[in-house]
Amino acid sequence: MKGLMQNNLAMMVLFSIVVLSAPIWANPIGANYPDLLQKFAIFGIFAIGYNLLFGLTGYLSFGHATFLGVGSYTAVWSFKLLSMNIIPAILLAIIVSGIFALIIGFLSLRRSGIYFSILTLAFAQMAYSLAYSVLTPITNGETGLQLTQQDPRYLDVLAGVVVEDGLPSTNLFGMLMKANGGYSGFYFAALILILSFYISLKIFRSPFGLKLKAIKSNQTRMKYTGFNTKPYLLTAFVISGMYAGLAGGLLASIDPLAGAERMQWTASGEVVLMTILGGSGTLVGPLLGAGVIKYFENIFSALNQAELIEVFSFMPEFLQNILVFICTPFVGEGWHLTLGAIFMLVVIFLPGGIIEGLQRVSGYIRRLVGFDKEQVNKESKEERA
Amino acid sequence: MVDKKTDLDSPSRRGVLKAGAALAVASPMFYLKDSWAAADQVYRNAPKGATVTLGFNVPQSGAYADEGADELRAFKLAVKHLNGEGDGGMMKTMKPSMLKGNGILGKKVVFTTGDTQTKSDAARASAKRMIEKDGALMISGGSSSGVAIAVQGLCQEMGTIFMAGLTHSNDTTGKDKRRYGFRHFFNAKMSGSALGPVLKEEMGTERVAYHLTADYTWGWTQEESIKETTEGLGWQTKAAVKTPVGAGDFSQYITPILNSGADTLILNHYGKDMINSLTQAVQFGLRDKEVNGKTFEIIVPLYSRLMAQGAGENLKGILGTTAWNWALTDEGSQAFVKSFGAEYGNPPSQAAHTCYVQTLLYANACEMAGTFYPPEVIKQLEGFEFDGMGNGPTEYRAEDHQCFKDVLVVRGNQKPTSQFDLLEIVQQVPRSQVEYDASIFGGDLGPYKV
Repeated sequence: MKGLMQNNLAMMVLFSIVVLSAPIWANPIGANYPDLLQKFAIFGIFAIGYNLLFGLTGYLSFGHATFLGVGSYTAVWSFKLLSMNIIPAILLAIIVSGIFALIIGFLSLRRSGIYFSILTLAFAQMAYSLAYSVLTPITNGETGLQLTQQDPRYLDVLAGVVVEDGLPSTNLFGMLMKANGGYSGFYFAALILILSFYISLKIFRSPFGLKLKAIKSNQTRMKYTGFNTKPYLLTAFVISGMYAGLAGGLLASIDPLAGAERMQWTASGEVVLMTILGGSGTLVGPLLGAGVIKYFENIFSALNQAELIEVFSFMPEFLQNILVFICTPFVGEGWHLTLGAIFMLVVIFLPGGIIEGLQRVSGYIRRLVGFDKEQVNKESKEERA
Repeated sequence: MVDKKTDLDSPSRRGVLKAGAALAVASPMFYLKDSWAAADQVYRNAPKGATVTLGFNVPQSGAYADEGADELRAFKLAVKHLNGEGDGGMMKTMKPSMLKGNGILGKKVVFTTGDTQTKSDAARASAKRMIEKDGALMISGGSSSGVAIAVQGLCQEMGTIFMAGLTHSNDTTGKDKRRYGFRHFFNAKMSGSALGPVLKEEMGTERVAYHLTADYTWGWTQEESIKETTEGLGWQTKAAVKTPVGAGDFSQYITPILNSGADTLILNHYGKDMINSLTQAVQFGLRDKEVNGKTFEIIVPLYSRLMAQGAGENLKGILGTTAWNWALTDEGSQAFVKSFGAEYGNPPSQAAHTCYVQTLLYANACEMAGTFYPPEVIKQLEGFEFDGMGNGPTEYRAEDHQCFKDVLVVRGNQKPTSQFDLLEIVQQVPRSQVEYDASIFGGDLGPYKV
């Protein structure tokens, strides 16, 4: 197992199979519909990128939603001005959010720890206010930026694309993102996710990744050895900002709308939750966290009392009533409560996130079937590092 | 099959359906086969079993949550009535109507709900869930124009009909109108036209207005429409200040009004925002002031009873417009208020009214089309004229999918006789006075088939 996980190729193959087969394994848990699968993939990218900063360097950014929003706005503007093809939109989204990350990162990284977090939060709040009211001509404020039929789309016009009746759809050289009931969009996002994961894997296992980990474990000592940490931190910040921009661009590519709420501090907090819940500093942890949170947001929030009664209908009535009474506050509007409770449990009992939980379970099973105890312990320690 | 068809068309259909479950299953089958055969009428979420699913997307949190809760009550009541339960409400007063109280086209109506959170992103996500996962054939609801426009755009792409709930921005059926979107509620332009003459009579032609405007599509278009009306009367506009939705504290926006030289405050706010801004404006003593030799006045162009409940005393004597009020005495309104009251113990709000009516109108259009195939249903709704739904003779204008009906100018009741008797109807402005040319806002409906 350990050898297999160290092998990049084997890991990528396994990862790709799991991601691409999502419509199959998501079916029994009621998550197999394009919108949610797309969100799994896109927020997975967002969380992977965030993990490159927070997981590796330990710098807790509270403003990453800014780059998600910037990516979305850039992509929608690209659809409006250039072309309905998603390639220029996504490339521009990555570049523009990278520039934003460079500026914000350069200023925020002058401080570390809590001061860094507060600085990023302040920048995010500024960006949100700008998008929400000040820059209304660019962002269309609360209503959100949308396509219109009168958009110029210069590249499309040059290429001779004629827009017929109605709004044009986003496409990849003619392949519509909404084709196959939206599954095309999911598979595209899934391929990007696999690519992003590969890049993240390479960074984790590169000398650059090692330097970032060294910064996390003791930056002062590193500086004393004459090592300038600033450029490495800034690079990590920009890369993770570009990941967020990519996620934002993808969101807009699949559903061409950009709203300021995407940049709100709650959205920034969400990605922190995702990373910690899944296991920060691990390769797949943030992805798991993103999946769990999006699942709760979309499925748990839609449950209501009637459905609960159905779920517990096999029980005697008085027991059913008690259980429904207990569970009702935790579903529907109360899904935040459930998420909060799970988050607390994870942080208290599994500081390494869901990944640590999985490792403990697999370790327990291996001990049961008679694996060498010491080897298991050693292994799980290494994997967590 | 042919025999069954005659059965279906005969008046005894309801009894027959109730008598035999087998036939109940067979009759929808018949319609399905018919529609598949007619043309390539392949569409998303075509009902396959004995039920048809509608999706109700309402704000359950945020500044418009009160309206959302009332909308959901109305939807549930409408579903009950469509399925032949309860007292039938407006189904009995609606004219013309093909509704039979056996669901829609013989299929039992079931529903799924979502929380818009009054955010475009969240609203689109929950609408998508209802369409993609729960198989909703029609989406309705919403209590913010920003959300309505976002969801309407999505529904056009998905080929799902959107029956807008409470949305008052001109853009919904103006520059952002869509073939698959329909609005029964009135809009800011109509509010302005209805308010104009009353304002002239009560406040004269020499006033200086100051606007506080919710910073999104609805606020913008309402400010524009009301400005157009008041400036047409000869009023001046001192300033128009945009405020964020859900701000909570409006004192920083109200203080500058005191010394601005304005003598009228126009609050382009709704829901909890309006309750907060109005309460604070009154607390700051605006209504006790005299400016330019006139008493300071406040106008709330879009009113609702739920807001009046929240604002309490502060609302007394303040003018505004509303789409519908439970105190209306026509047959349709009375029937609706009676069955809503019996179900929930309080009278419905205007948001509840429009959502209830929209659900019935959609069901009726399906019956008229004889199929759920959206392009056919849309054609039935376009230009549909009806009566008995509480606003007098009403027409769904085909050019922009906007309903045209009477508008109420109301005033906060000085002497309420009950906790619900909060709005006094000043004038029922006839439909002809609020009509306008469909082309003034631009926009394009888009295709029937997507």
